Amino acid sequence: MQASIPLQPDLAMQYLLRLADTCLILGQRLGEWCGHAPVLEEDIALTNMALDLIGQARALLSHAGRPLGLDEDQLAFLRDERDYLNPTLVELPGGPQVDGFAVTVLRNLMLATWLKLLWARLASSRDSELAAIAGKAVKEARYHQQHAADWLVRLGDGTAQSHQRCERALALLWRYTAELFDDDAVDAAAVASGVGPAGSELQAPWRAEMADVLAEATLAVPADSAFRSTGKRGVHSEHLGLLLAEMQHLQRAFPGGVW
Amino acid sequence: MSVAVQPATRTAQAWAVLGTVLDPEVPALSICDLGIVREVIDHPDGLEIVLTPTYSGCPATEVIEQDCLRALAGAGLAPARVTLRRAPAWTTDWISQPGRAKLLAYGIAPPGPADLSVGVPMRFVRRRAAPVVACPRCASPLTEQLSAFGATACKSLYRCGACREPFEYFKPI
Repeated sequence: MQASIPLQPDLAMQYLLRLADTCLILGQRLGEWCGHAPVLEEDIALTNMALDLIGQARALLSHAGRPLGLDEDQLAFLRDERDYLNPTLVELPGGPQVDGFAVTVLRNLMLATWLKLLWARLASSRDSELAAIAGKAVKEARYHQQHAADWLVRLGDGTAQSHQRCERALALLWRYTAELFDDDAVDAAAVASGVGPAGSELQAPWRAEMADVLAEATLAVPADSAFRSTGKRGVHSEHLGLLLAEMQHLQRAFPGGVW
Repeated sequence: MSVAVQPATRTAQAWAVLGTVLDPEVPALSICDLGIVREVIDHPDGLEIVLTPTYSGCPATEVIEQDCLRALAGAGLAPARVTLRRAPAWTTDWISQPGRAKLLAYGIAPPGPADLSVGVPMRFVRRRAAPVVACPRCASPLTEQLSAFGATACKSLYRCGACREPFEYFKPI
């Protein structure tokens, strides 16, 4: 079996990995819908978005690993669970095996809105490679956001059952969004070096855009809670390990295997 | 006696060859029509072709690189190498006028102008604000979107209310 690569990323690399892993793990979650979505068009849409996200993750992982001589595949497939720095929100199950379409649509809206705001700021990053990746990705995130917003309005303002499922998804996911805006030393370092914004800087515009769509979808903005998830510091929910087992299986069993 | 090909000629030849390399996912267009060939540089150790990828996750990017190198080698222009340039990001505004005509003839509605407000915080846009896309077969404006995503990352799926045919629309980005 291929052993894990040990990793002790500095603050700058952690900033990149948080974003890269958000794209990577969300891409993996969306890929689970392939062949299972409620209608063919949505099957195509979810996997197309997964493709965009995995493309963004590849560029970010290559960039993050370059100073250490690590490539995108090593970082994607050979890290241990604690070394993934995505916020917990992206790893929660939302696939076809659970009552997940509402969760998928709502999470896509939350994350596409957040990513769009973040990419827009990163497009003027002092890190020119990151700025170039962001300049492309912001267009993709915007399209994803529009798609998710259309669906949330259709379902939230739809039948009694679809509305109820959206409410349940909102009650489940809302408390995990606080982590996106929770600053720490990684954010402070990114601000100091001119690489990118602190998480907290995106909170007000994110809330404003979410409130617009939720109102259109006849859904109430939930109350905030004191709960804080900690995925971006490497402490994950029980769901990430299972996702990684599936995602890493081939590279672990057949080291260096390629298409 | 062999005649050394002059640099300007080699660059011009390379552009002509690249104009015959088709996009594997939309084979009506060459990669020059698509606007992804940004520069051809004649270095002492070979040609450098600078490409800007269309989408972050476009699976055709690697195929296009190989197709470019194969075509250049076939035309006697080897050695050559391909480099990727991400910034400025590709936009559908770079698709040439001949490229747009070829798309239309192929049955794909060409993209409208890309939205310049990208990156500006978006307010929720209702569907009625969406731009009208004319049917590439009968030119009717009575069309509707069936799916925001199509068979490839760069297209969405529409249907014409007049001739009743489905068609693809090249998404403006």
